[in-house]
This record gives sequence, C-alpha cells and structure tokens, in this order.
Amino acid sequence: MVTPLNLKELSKKELRFTAGHRLCAGCAAPTVVKMILLAACDYPVVVASSTGCLEVSSCISTYTAWKVPWIHSAFENAAATLSGVESMYKALKKQGKIDKEIKFIAICGDGGTYDIGLQSLSGAMERWHDMLYVCYNNEAYMNTGIQRSGATPTYADTTTCPAGSVIPGKPQPRKDLTKIMAAHGIPYVAQAAPSHWPDLMKKVRKALEIPGPKFMNIFTPCNRGWRTRTDDAILLSRLAVDTCFWPLYEVEKGVVRVTYKPKEKKPIEEFLKLQGRFRHLFEPGREQLISELQRMIDENWERLLKEEEIFASKEEEKEEVVK
Amino acid sequence: MIGWKQIPPGMVILEAGSALKIKTGSWRAAYKPRWIEENCIQCLLCWLYCPDNAVKVEDGKRQDFDYEYCKGCGLCALECPGKKGNKAIVMEEEVR
Repeated sequence: MVTPLNLKELSKKELRFTAGHRLCAGCAAPTVVKMILLAACDYPVVVASSTGCLEVSSCISTYTAWKVPWIHSAFENAAATLSGVESMYKALKKQGKIDKEIKFIAICGDGGTYDIGLQSLSGAMERWHDMLYVCYNNEAYMNTGIQRSGATPTYADTTTCPAGSVIPGKPQPRKDLTKIMAAHGIPYVAQAAPSHWPDLMKKVRKALEIPGPKFMNIFTPCNRGWRTRTDDAILLSRLAVDTCFWPLYEVEKGVVRVTYKPKEKKPIEEFLKLQGRFRHLFEPGREQLISELQRMIDENWERLLKEEEIFASKEEEKEEVVK
Repeated sequence: MIGWKQIPPGMVILEAGSALKIKTGSWRAAYKPRWIEENCIQCLLCWLYCPDNAVKVEDGKRQDFDYEYCKGCGLCALECPGKKGNKAIVMEEEVR
C-alpha cells in the first residue's frame, strides 16, 4: 500500500535520518533529507553522499545519523560510487541472491554536484543507471567556509568573491544545472524547495517510480553562509519561489511543466534584503545591480513559461489526434 | 568513544543511527521553544520542518519538544500557524 502524502500518516513512519547530527542550528539540509526519505518511506533505499556539509556532519567518527545503508567515498564521485552499488544490486538480483525492490538515491551538495562531481554525475546519467540524484543546493561551499561555487547567484558575497570596491560579489551568472541535466535526455529532472513540501515529495515519489536516471535540484537555505537568522530557512525558501528566483518545475521525458506559479510575483528585493550576502546591494549608488538581477530573473522566468507553452500546445495536438 | 584499533576496516559504522547518542540540545545558546497546547491545531508542520527531529509525535498527535536534541534555531516558532493568530510555539529565554 502506498502511504498517502499527509503529515499525520507520514509521522507514523520511522525517520531514517536521526537527530544527533552536527549540522548547524536551523540548517535546511536535514529537513530536505527528512522530506526525501519520508517520500521514499515505502521502499528500502540506499543513499550515497559526496563530501559536503551533510556528509561531514552526519557521520563524524563512529556516529552516523543514517538508518539506511549509506556510503561516502570522496567529493567528486558520489554518482560513480552509487553507479557501482546499483550495478552490483542488478547483478545480485539476476543471480537470485536478492529479491527486494531497492531504490538508490544520491544526496549531495552543490559543490559536489555543480562543480567537482559534474563529470561523474554526467557519466552516471548517460550510462542510464537506475538512480535518483538529489542536489541539496545551498549555493556555495558552506562546509569549508563559504567559497563561491557554480551555484552561487550573481552578486552574492562569498569569501572568494568578497563584495567591496572592486567587485559587487560574484560577477558571473550561476550555472543552470537543472537545464544541463535535462539536456542529458534523462526521463525525469525537477527543481523543488522545502517550503513547498507536497510538491517536493510528489516529485521524489514520481522520480522513484520512473526507471532510469533522475535528477532533482532542491533549494536549501544556509543561515551561516547567507548571513541570515537561524529561524528563516523555510521563509527564505518560500520567498525564493514567490520571487521566481527559484522556479519550481519538472522536465518529464523532455516536456517542461511549471509546477507552481506564484499568484503575485514578488520583487526580488524581498528575498535579497533578508540576507547579509546581498547587503552591499542596498548601499546607495548600487540600485542598478538589483534591477540587473531582477532583469535576469524575469528573463529566466519568461523563457521557462514559453518553454512550457511550446510543450503544452503539442500535448493538446496529440490529444486531438487521439480523438 | 572507541580507539582506532576497534574501528572496523573501511571505517564501516555498524550501528545505524548511532548519532542519537550525541545530545545536541546542549547547543542551545539563549532561547528554547515552548509549546502552548491550547493554540496547537495539530498541523504537524513543526514536526516536518524541525531539522533535529526535536518535535515528538505519537500516533499522529503532537507531543512536547525533545529538548535533548533541540538546537534552539526557532524555525518551528516562525513557521507555526497557530490558532486565530496566537502561536502555539514561542521562543523563550533559557537560563542554564
């Protein structure tokens, strides 16, 4: 029987990521992991993590917060490691030594996904391993002290692109990894955020039911790195979605579908002003930087809606042909 | 804490969820959450959002906080919808 996605029923399930982990107070990563594992509560799962906040804080010395089989080998190869585990599982299944329906999930940070682990991720997807790769995206190398990564947004202050008189934070745009993964032609790619948890859990469920490689990019606020309060991770996640800074969408077999459209698109200032990493943008004489950011977000959002439109009309045509 | 000679090869950890032995409640610096039962609508969002599994739920019903693990971030208090504008979770100064 499939467990319904309501909190009352889910709360009766075992939490397979325990307390006692050493992630910072108010970190959103354990919340994201909890949501993923709850969505997968009907399956036995095997999880792999690359080096990152989640990995170093969930298995210090001989203490592990995982109640599922979990493997870590290095920073750059979580996807490759899990490919091996998944291949072994397939071989054992063929030999009749295992009969369980096991799901394989990689949960890695943005550094281990966007930059250092990109080649192993790309390879695992291309080899069509049956796994779900999740990136919990906190937009910089938070574990080692807030260095910029490929996921860091434009004009964010980090220790390796400090905002000052020379540069206003990271000068380059962030990499659109979700689109890069979609370009691999894999069956399912999605973007999610913990503030919209039913959407996140539905996407995890959907992904686990599809055979083959899947990728999810999940927004994960970090109060230490973003210089915010410890209690506003979910608030920031909601604002990121409502300002279209982090659109929620999925690409299923190449078809783009936006899963959440804010009723009223909020101006980007509302998201930026709560964070110390964007404080410098509110200094006098830097107004054009915010409008520049707003323009980038608007363009992205418009393009996404147009992409959805292209597919929507095609789907209608198909339906007409069937009729 | 075990010595390096007792660690299994490959740094394998054989006890699942052994991190529960680490009581992260000692991290709370100044504030701790208090649950006000009469304002609680049993939405269980605090249980879902809590990064430290410090909200106990039994048979679908919210119980009190687990202060052994609560790091005092305040996320639950901020997100609590409460009843008619009255929050069911408030952060209070903690004297240790």
